[in-house]
Amino acid sequence: MPKLIDSAFARYLLQKILWYVLAFFVAVALNFFLPRLIPGNPVAVIVSQMAQQGVQSAALERLYATYMAEFGLDQPVHVQFIRYLSGVFRGDLGTSFMLYPSKVSDVIRSALPWTLALQIPAILVGWTLGNVLGAVAAYKRGVFDRTVFISALALSRVPYYCLAIILVYLLAVTWPVFPVAGGYSFGFYPEWSLEFILDALYHYTLPFLSLVMVAIGGAAVGMREMSIYELGTDYVNYAKRLGISDAKVVRYVFRNAMLPQVTGLALAFGTMVGGALVTENVFSYPGLGTLLFSAIRQNDYPMIQGITLMITVTVLIANFLVEIAYGFIDPRIRAAQVGEK
Amino acid sequence: MRDILRILSGSRRFLVGFFMFGAVVLFAWIGPYLIDTDPFTRVGGLYSPPSKEAWLGTDNFGRDVLAQLMYGTRTSLWIGLVGGVVATLIGVTVGTVAGYRGGWIEEALMGLTNVLITIPSIVVLILLSIAVDSRSATVMGVIIGITAWPWTARAVRAQTSSLKTREHIDIARISGVGTLEIMLVEVLPYMLSYIGMAFVLQFSEGILSEATLSMLGLGPFQTVSLGVMLNWALLWEAVRVGAWWAFIPPTIFLAITSFSLMLMNAGMDEVFNPRLRQHQ
Repeated sequence: MPKLIDSAFARYLLQKILWYVLAFFVAVALNFFLPRLIPGNPVAVIVSQMAQQGVQSAALERLYATYMAEFGLDQPVHVQFIRYLSGVFRGDLGTSFMLYPSKVSDVIRSALPWTLALQIPAILVGWTLGNVLGAVAAYKRGVFDRTVFISALALSRVPYYCLAIILVYLLAVTWPVFPVAGGYSFGFYPEWSLEFILDALYHYTLPFLSLVMVAIGGAAVGMREMSIYELGTDYVNYAKRLGISDAKVVRYVFRNAMLPQVTGLALAFGTMVGGALVTENVFSYPGLGTLLFSAIRQNDYPMIQGITLMITVTVLIANFLVEIAYGFIDPRIRAAQVGEK
Repeated sequence: MRDILRILSGSRRFLVGFFMFGAVVLFAWIGPYLIDTDPFTRVGGLYSPPSKEAWLGTDNFGRDVLAQLMYGTRTSLWIGLVGGVVATLIGVTVGTVAGYRGGWIEEALMGLTNVLITIPSIVVLILLSIAVDSRSATVMGVIIGITAWPWTARAVRAQTSSLKTREHIDIARISGVGTLEIMLVEVLPYMLSYIGMAFVLQFSEGILSEATLSMLGLGPFQTVSLGVMLNWALLWEAVRVGAWWAFIPPTIFLAITSFSLMLMNAGMDEVFNPRLRQHQ
C-alpha cells in the first residue's frame, strides 16, 4: 500500500499520535493528582479503618510507616509524580492494599482479558447491527421506521445494567436457562480446553446480550438520523431525477451516512465503558468492573488508580485505531491533506 | 415562552415524554408527603414481598421499598438537575467564548475540550468521587456536571462560529457594544432552542451517571437514590434470592425517567429541525 501511506497521510497520522499522547499525559496527571486531594492520605484512611477493627496501636504505627515508605507517600509530591510516571512506563502500578502484597499490574493483567473479550465484540456487533437497522428504517419509513426508532431510543436510554439486571432475573433466576453469575463454573480453571471455552461462552451469553442490545439502540438512532438527512440532500434528488437506480443511490447515501457513525464507534468505546463495568458487576464477571467494585469498597486506591488508568489507555488505543481507520475510509481527509500542499 | 410551549405541543413525541416525565416528578415530589414511612426505618422482615403494609415489600434490612423509591427518585432527579445545569452553564460559556473570541483563546479552550472528550468521563468521575470525602447529592451533581460539559461546549462553539458572521453582530460591534453584551444579547438568544435540547440531554445523562457511580459504590452519602437502591440490591444479593421488588422498581424508574427526557429531546429536535418533521 505505498500509495496510501503518502506524506499527507503520514502527517494526519503524526498529528493524531501527538494528540493522543497529550490526552494520555493529561489522563495520567488526573490519575495521579485527583486521588491526592483526599483529606489526609490514603494510608491514613486505611490505617484508621484497621484501628476501628481493633488492630493494636504499635502495630498500626509500624504498618503506617511501612505503607508510607512502600507507596512513596513520605516523599514530596513532585518526586512522587516522577516516580509514578516512571512506574507507569515500566508497567508498575504499585501494590494493592486489599490484596497486599500482590502487584496491581498482575491483578489487572488477569482481569483485563475478560473485560476486553466481553466489551469489544459486544460494541462491534451492536454497532454493525444497529447501523443496518437504522439505515433500513430510514429508507423504508412508515410503521417499520417508527417501531425501530422508538424501540432503539428506548434501548439506547436504558442503562446497560438495568437491562442486565432484568435479563438475570428472567433468564437466570425465574427461568434458569443461563448461569446467574461468574465467568466460568466453579471448579473450572481458565485454560485452553474445549470444555472450559464452552463453559465460558455459556456464562458469556447474558452479559454479552445485555451490552449488545443497548449498543444496537444507540447506533440505530444515529444511523437513522444521518440517513434521513442524506436522503433529503440535493445530490440524492439530482441522482433520482437522472434516473439512477434506487439501489445505487442507497449505496451512496449509506456510504456518506456511515462516516459520522465511524466517529460514533470511537466515542462508543469511551461512553460505553462505564455502564459496561457495572454490567460486569451485575454478573460478577471476573473482569475489571467487578475488580473496581471491590477496590472501591475497600478503599484500595492504588488498585482504583491502576484500573482507571488501564481503562483510559484501552479507550485511547481503541479511539486511535478507529481514527486511523477513518483516515483510510474517508477520501476527503486524504484529499484535504493533499490539497493543503 | 407561550409560543415555545405551543410549538412544542405540536410534537406528539415531546408531549408523551413531557407527561411521562411529569408523572415521575410528581411521584417524587408529592409521594413523600402522602406516606409517612421513613426510607431508613425498619418496618418489616428481610425481603418481605409486597403486602398491604408495604406495597412494594421491604429490602434486606426490612426497610420500605416504596418509601425508598419516592425519596430515591427525588434524589436522582435532583442530582440530574444539578448536573444538567452545571454542565450546560460551563458548556455554553466555554463554547460561546471560544466561538466568538476565536484566536488562541479558541484554540486553548477547544484543545481542553477535545482532550476531555477523549478521556472517558467515567474515569474522571471515579477519580473525582474518591477525592471528595463527603459527597452530598448536590456535590455529586456538581461533580457530574463538571465532567459532562465538553459535548455541549463543542456544539455551541460550532454554532457561535457560524452566527458570528451574521450582519446584526457586525452592526452591534460597529455600534460599540461590548463583547460580553454581544455574546449575551446577540449570540445566545439564537441558540436557545439548541441549549434547551442540550440541557434536557445533560439532565438525562446526569441521572444515568449518578446510577453508574452509585452502583460502583460511589453514591451520595446518607441518602437514598435510584442508583443507591440498585447498589444495595446487588450487594445484598436481591437478584439471586428473587426479591424482584427490591430492584425492578428502581430499574423501571431509571429507564422511564431517562427515556422520557430522551423523547422530549427527540420531540424538540423534530420541532426545531423541519427536515425530520417531514419524515413522519
